[in-house]
This record gives sequence, C-alpha cells and structure tokens, in this order.
Amino acid sequence: MLNIMIVGVGGQGSLLASRILGTLFLSEGLDVKLSEVHGMAQRGGSVVTYIRAGEEIPSPLIPMGECDVIISFEKIEAARYLPWLKKDGLVVVNDQKISPLSVLTGAAEYPEDILNKISEKGVKLVAFDALSAAAKAGSERAANVALLGAASREIGFSRESWENAIRNTVKPAFVDLNLQAFEIGYQHS
Amino acid sequence: MKKLMLGNEAVARGLYEAGCRFVSSYPGTPSTEITEAAAEYEEIYAEWAPNEKVAAEGAYGACVEGVRSFTAMKHVGLNVATDLVFTSSYAGVNAGFLIAVADDQGMHSSQNEQDSRHYAAAAKMPMLEPADSAECRDYVKLGYKLSEEYDTPVFLRLSTRISHSQSLVELGEREEFPAKPYVKNPAKYVMSPANAIRRHPVVEERTLRLLQLANSDRINKVIKGSTKIGVIAAGIAYDYAREALGDNASYLKIGMLFPLPTDLIREFAASVDKLYVIEELDPIIETHVRALGIACQGKELFSLMGEYTAGDIRTKLLGTPSESVYEAENVPVRPPVLCPGCPHRGLFYVLNKLKVSVSGDIGCYTLGAAAPLSAMDTTIDMGASISMLHGRIKARPESAKTTVAVIGDSTFIHSGLTGLINIAYNNSPATVIIADNSITGMTGHQPNPATGVTLKNQQTNAVNLEEAVRACGVRRVRVVDPYQTEELERVLREELAADEPSVVISRRPCALLKTFKRGKPLMIDPDKCRRCRMCMRIGCPAISFESGHAAIDASLCVGCGLCKSLCKFNCME
Repeated sequence: MLNIMIVGVGGQGSLLASRILGTLFLSEGLDVKLSEVHGMAQRGGSVVTYIRAGEEIPSPLIPMGECDVIISFEKIEAARYLPWLKKDGLVVVNDQKISPLSVLTGAAEYPEDILNKISEKGVKLVAFDALSAAAKAGSERAANVALLGAASREIGFSRESWENAIRNTVKPAFVDLNLQAFEIGYQHS
Repeated sequence: MKKLMLGNEAVARGLYEAGCRFVSSYPGTPSTEITEAAAEYEEIYAEWAPNEKVAAEGAYGACVEGVRSFTAMKHVGLNVATDLVFTSSYAGVNAGFLIAVADDQGMHSSQNEQDSRHYAAAAKMPMLEPADSAECRDYVKLGYKLSEEYDTPVFLRLSTRISHSQSLVELGEREEFPAKPYVKNPAKYVMSPANAIRRHPVVEERTLRLLQLANSDRINKVIKGSTKIGVIAAGIAYDYAREALGDNASYLKIGMLFPLPTDLIREFAASVDKLYVIEELDPIIETHVRALGIACQGKELFSLMGEYTAGDIRTKLLGTPSESVYEAENVPVRPPVLCPGCPHRGLFYVLNKLKVSVSGDIGCYTLGAAAPLSAMDTTIDMGASISMLHGRIKARPESAKTTVAVIGDSTFIHSGLTGLINIAYNNSPATVIIADNSITGMTGHQPNPATGVTLKNQQTNAVNLEEAVRACGVRRVRVVDPYQTEELERVLREELAADEPSVVISRRPCALLKTFKRGKPLMIDPDKCRRCRMCMRIGCPAISFESGHAAIDASLCVGCGLCKSLCKFNCME
C-alpha cells in the first residue's frame, strides 16, 4: 500500500497535487482513497490531505507511522506531521516560511532551523524552493507539481505514467508548464 | 466507468441515478458539496434555501407533490429542520424523501459534536450510514426504495471523513422516476390531533416491519474473519476497524442505524468469542446491544469524543501499538485566521477599540473572537447573536450601551430576522451589526438570498437588507464600509447611544471573491517604523513583527490599506 500526505496552509492549493496523484494511481489500476479538508481550516489553518493507493484500501486516513511520503508546502507543517512518517519515509518540503499569527505578533517564535532538526532525526529530506522552481517553469502556481516531481522517484511508476497523469488533470494550456515544473522538481530528488 | 468521487459527490450521483428531481439545502460543512454537485445535473432542480427548515419543507413539499426529493444539512442544521422531520415521519411520503445529515466528529468546522443518530430513534425514521463513496451512491438509491416501500422519510447519515473522502464509484445510468399523481389525502397529510393520533400506530407498525428488514442481510452484513474478536460498527468507524484488525476479527457492519437489528446481533454475538462495539461519539449501538442482554465492550475502551484512528483500535484490541517512528517537532500551532483584506477585520478592530461586549454568531467572522481582535463574547448557534443580545439587554438594561450583536448576511437571513423582529417588537434599544460580505463565506462562497444569484448561477430577486430591517420595525438603519474605521467607529458610538433599536450594516464584499479588486501590496519603510505595534492590533497574516519592526509580506498583502489607515507615522506605501 502507498500512503502519501500533502500538508500545508489552508488556501495554498493542494487540490491539484492530490488530483494528479489520484489520476496516476487509477491509471495503474489501483484502489484509491483520498481525504481532504474543507471548511474552517481552509482559512489559513494547518491542512492535510491523505492519499492512499493499493489493492484494497480500507480507510481514507493514514495511521501514524505508516506514511511513505509527506509532501509539505511549508516548513513547519512538515515538522508537525512527522509522527505519520514511516521508518525511512521521505519528506519533500517547499523551503517556504509562512508564519502563523502567534509568530507574526511575537507571541511565539518560528523555528528557523526546523529543516536541520528534521534531518537530525535521520529523516530522508528533500527541501527546495518550489515557488522559484515553478516560476522558472513559467508560473509559481505550478509549485505543487514541482514538489510532486521531487517525490515521484520515491513514489515510483514510470515517467510516462506521471506525465499522462499531469496531462489528464491540468488544463491543456498549462500542460507544458506543469511538465517542466515536474522535471525541475525531479532534478532536486 | 469508475470515478474517484467525494462522498458528497457520490451522494449527488446517487440522487441523479435514482431519478431525484428536487434538491433544496442550506450550506453547512461537511454537507455543502452534495447540493453543489447535484446542481451540476441538469435533470435535478437544486437550490439554496434561506435555512435548513425551509429547505427540508420545500423538499418535503416536492415529495408530497410526487417527485423524489432531497435535502442535505450539517448536524446542527438538523436541529433547525427537526420541526418538519418529526411530523413528516407521521405523515409519510408520496414519492421518496431523503434527508442527509453530516456529523462532524472532531469538530473540524463546527460548534459542537452532537451525534445525529439520536434523531433517528427520536423521530422513528430509518437511518442509513454508508462507509465509502460507492455506498453513498448505493444508499441513496436504497433510501428511496425504503422511503417509498415503507412510506417514510429516510435519513442518510454522513460524517466529515465520509463526506470529504474520495473513493471509487462505478457510475450507473439515471433511472427516470416519473412524477406520481398528487391525491388529496387529509387523513395522511393534515396532522391535526385527530389525524395524527391515527398515524402514530402506523409509525410504530412501520418500525416493526423495518426491524424485520434490519434482521435480514439486505443492509446489515456479517463479514467473516477470525471469530476470536467480533466487531459491530458502521460508517467510518467500520473502515477504521477493518484497517486495524483486517481478518483478525469478524464484523457485523451496520448499514441501517435505526431500527437496529436484534436477532442478527444475537446470532453474531453468539458466533464470536469477544464482542466489541466501535462507534464514534455516543454509545448508541452499544446501549442497544446491552439492552438485548448481550455483553460487549465499547465506551470503556473508546472515547465519547473526537475521531477514532485505526492505530488506536489496533492497540486496544490486538495489543500491537501503531508506532510513530519520528516524534513531532514542537512547532507553533496554526489556527485559521481572517484572510488578508477581509472586510470583517476593520469591524472587529473597531469593536475591540470600543471595548464593547459582542454577542456573536456562526461564520467566518467567528474568527473575530481570536487574539488580537478578541472581539466576540459568545457564539452559540445560527441567529443567537441577535436573540441573545435582546435577552442580555432586558436582563440588564444598561448593557444596551456596551453590547452589540454581530451577524453575517447569510446567517441573518437564515435565522436573524425573527430575532430582530423580537428586538423591534419588544423594544430593546439594541445595536445589531450585519457583517454583509455578500456571500456565504465559511462554507466556500455559496450565494444567498441577499446575493441576487441562485445556486444554478442565475440572476434573481435579492433581499434588500436595509428594507428588510426597516420592515421588521427598526427605524435607525446605517450602512458603513468597514475599511473606513473612523466612520464606522463614529456610527457605532451614535447607535450605541441611541435609545431605540438600530441596525448597522457593515458592507464590503469578501476579499476572496473573484470580483475583489486586489490592490498593490503595501511596503513598510523600516526607518519610519516607531515600533508602536498599532498595525499588529488588526491581526493581519500579511504583517509581521519578527524583525523588530513591522514588515509586510508582499505575497500575502492585497493592498486593502487598513493598516495604513491606522499607522500614525505613515510607514506604509
């Protein structure tokens, strides 16, 4: 069974990434379950999407310690969900800082060295600035696909399957841009 | 064709395939997407109604007229609709009538964690609970069959993890369901005491017939595994149990929560060594099992609160803990916040400054309760802001000068109007603020009767809030732009001082709407910043004080200018 989590801050738009993954797994003939967050947390709160694929998926949520890959749109969100990661699992993180309100007001501190702390635990970590990577491809909005590119080696499946999943999910006008963002992300892995 | 669908989308697909023709709902997380998805089907008339009661009554009317109909709501929405629910249970249906209710275990987006399964027993109505998207579709179709076969409205019980999870659905064709003739039948539909007293035995007899169905294997199913452990579960809790225990247990998967089976449970209990009931929230199945004189374990192991996990079930039943390999880093929490440019921010800044007590309500603006705005004292239910303010003023008349109500436009139409009529009728010198952002925000931008657009995106008659308020008997009505904080403050002071009821409409569209004109992001000149932290009082996620002076994140700022209007040193450009 493949267990993937996409985590970030409400409003960052993790929906496209999870749709591409869903399309990919379906095309491979796997059973798929996916769990999203709607409602209040979408207003800048911490959000998580669970994506599971395999022969038969009993429940949409991933138990702690069983996630293969965590894709994080933001640095401290990656740290928040570490208890879900399995031994030797991969964390792909967008090297972006979005401060919660408590940090903005000075009531709490943003742990600037958080990526080091994650590495020190022995976690396999790929961190890069996905926004710049996506901008290079043509639009910051493709950052989520760049992150997918960086996670794709660990998740598996052929390059062709990934590219087809992107082609079948994004609007035709944005296919090339997203394929390019995917490739830039892949280079980071 | 197999398609990955949200549970909510699959419910809508079920409506389509079952030939449903009428859907009316009020938005409420986690139920909202059902009605949005239903509106995508041309064959289905779908609408947003002002509240759940109006929606349910509309849907019931359509069923009495002879077409299959539907309404969806969140758990607390059902509290609003129950007046229709309880008595429609007596009157029964003409064509099938389904009521979906989505509970929110874990309170991801709700003000309480009530267990709506209680309503099924209380209203004596069958309640089905699907465990994935495919079952969502199937149970809608089954629900219509039961509704017509047993002459009863039927509940479909969902929960956040079913509604908002995607799984595979094999799409079927739509079965057209021609409208049944409408035949006048007062003995069935006029629930005067004399008629209702004859319908009650019909309901009791119906429940007995439904019990026979519950004891068959049509809806409640036994899944055989090891007989050392037996688990009775329904819906998402069944999924967790299945994940945790696999073939190490046998299962009685409950598909119909009311009436619960008797013989089937006895047989199942006799076939296993140890029986567990796994259900989130209240011990409804467990109490039923115990009442049958059967020993089981349930709430002594599992919480009455929140969501369960497969890991927890595995630990408790198999003794094999699901282990985290990596500990969480202690990082700052990230609760939701009002968005940059949110029109509610200016309003709550002023209310905080005025140090008034705020009788609050349900919507995005409930976030005004959080620091640093901290401008909400109570939030209980839809419409309570206004009605509670009335009570507070009557209980302590001088509080009229120091207390206001804040309610959104959609919530005001949902159930604020009647409260306002009470204020005018019984003459409280209250100040009611309608935070009018022209949309139902928190649930994801649904139009409402004040928006002037329907669910199917057609222009329509719009409620004119000023006229509506005047028609309720309120003479003092003011309209202010919440970005203009000085004017808003002046108006609020005047209305708080007034000795009669007044309404202040704080009007500006939601900053997330496509029509919102994003301004140029502002910049702060660090040399001009005197570190007074005035701009930090508005709790804008685009402004930080991390580097020892105020700074604006240009990627988040929408240029609303609220901070600029408050800065005494002209730091913002």
